[in-house]
Amino acid sequence: MVLTALSNTLRYDPSLCVNCGMCVAVCPHGVFAPNGRAVELVAAEACMECGACMLNCPTNAIHVESGVGCAAAMIGAALRGRPLDEGTCGDETCCGGSAPQPVAGSEPTECG
Amino acid sequence: MATLSPILPTTSTLTWQNRLDHLLARWGWRRGEHRVAPGLYALGNPTPDSGVFVTANYTLSFDALRAALRGHDTYILVLDTLGINVWCAAGKGTFGTAELVRRVAATHLAEVVRHRTLVLPQLGAPGIVAHEVKKRSGFRVEYGPVRAADLPAYLQTRQATPEMRRVRFNLADRAVLIPVELVGVLLPLLVAAVILRFLSGWFGVWAAVAAVLAGVVLFPLLLPWIPTREFSTKGFLLGGAVAAPFALAMLLGAPGGIGYHEIGGAFAYLLAMPPVTAYLALNFTGATPFTSRTGVKREIYRYIRPMAGMFGAGVLLTLAAAVMRWVGGG
Repeated sequence: MVLTALSNTLRYDPSLCVNCGMCVAVCPHGVFAPNGRAVELVAAEACMECGACMLNCPTNAIHVESGVGCAAAMIGAALRGRPLDEGTCGDETCCGGSAPQPVAGSEPTECG
Repeated sequence: MATLSPILPTTSTLTWQNRLDHLLARWGWRRGEHRVAPGLYALGNPTPDSGVFVTANYTLSFDALRAALRGHDTYILVLDTLGINVWCAAGKGTFGTAELVRRVAATHLAEVVRHRTLVLPQLGAPGIVAHEVKKRSGFRVEYGPVRAADLPAYLQTRQATPEMRRVRFNLADRAVLIPVELVGVLLPLLVAAVILRFLSGWFGVWAAVAAVLAGVVLFPLLLPWIPTREFSTKGFLLGGAVAAPFALAMLLGAPGGIGYHEIGGAFAYLLAMPPVTAYLALNFTGATPFTSRTGVKREIYRYIRPMAGMFGAGVLLTLAAAVMRWVGGG
């Protein structure tokens, strides 16, 4: 049975899990946790749809619609008459505003 | 025999030039130009058994890593992410499987080290398919902690605690984003200020400044304490709170008592200011590490039209008030 979230596109099929633990390691919000034979979905609503889990699952047990989630990019797409999913990150130095920033001090991360 | 590409030496010391560069980057000065050359670097005196740590060619990323590894002899593999930090680049695909495999090959890493492990920052994961990297380069990906500062503790056990694997967004993390957001709105704000000075005098200018500063300075600082879950609604509330004094001043400050002009003016502030703050708040979602694409899409569908509508109405009232003043002389 595929488990889904209410407020985002995360989908996880425990029957495909081989317990490698990669999703637990890469998720920045603790959505998955180890639990015996298969990994458990413990915080589905905390998912920010970054896609790290999906990319690093060797058995494709996880699916999520990741992509450009920047409001400016999506509004830009809407203004060009394109669907919001066609938002792009502008040129190589990213769009005008900031982008996901995990931390202050040691690993600062706004675009460019 | 293949010629080994040069291994560049580096240190764990951050000079004042490095720190100035970080400051300038934080203020958005010459974005995209804060880069180091991609390739393989030697930190200290690494041997063929020394670890390989991977990062982006953004100066802040590179400097955070090498400073955290003080006292260790390691290799640092710098990927060409066009001067963009690890997490953004991972999202865009430049800190990606292809670039990593390419860089491992270009630096002949397999001939430099005996082991086959690459330590990657955890936030590179949205761009990296670990099992693909193994297949194509022979190197196994080990995801280190989110923050470079946690590397010394991580390296003692090679086990990350759950805390090391979580991303935070506390007051300091939010505050450090303000300068670059501020710099981004200065030009539009200046244009708006000039127009408003002409239409509504200095009061209009302060209103524009207040609405914008509420969105780019106050909002990031107060984010978790503003009611409602959505950034747009939080922005409307904050913008409303900032607009209220202007509306009140309009009603109470008129020497001739409250007439149509005063009421229209008050409504102009209440209609035009909150959407500006709300729009800036909505855009701030792109700077947070926890809003989802689905959530941002929902907010755009739900609130962009009301924002535009309210703002348009406020602008019309402002124009009407300006016309009344010119025509009526009062």
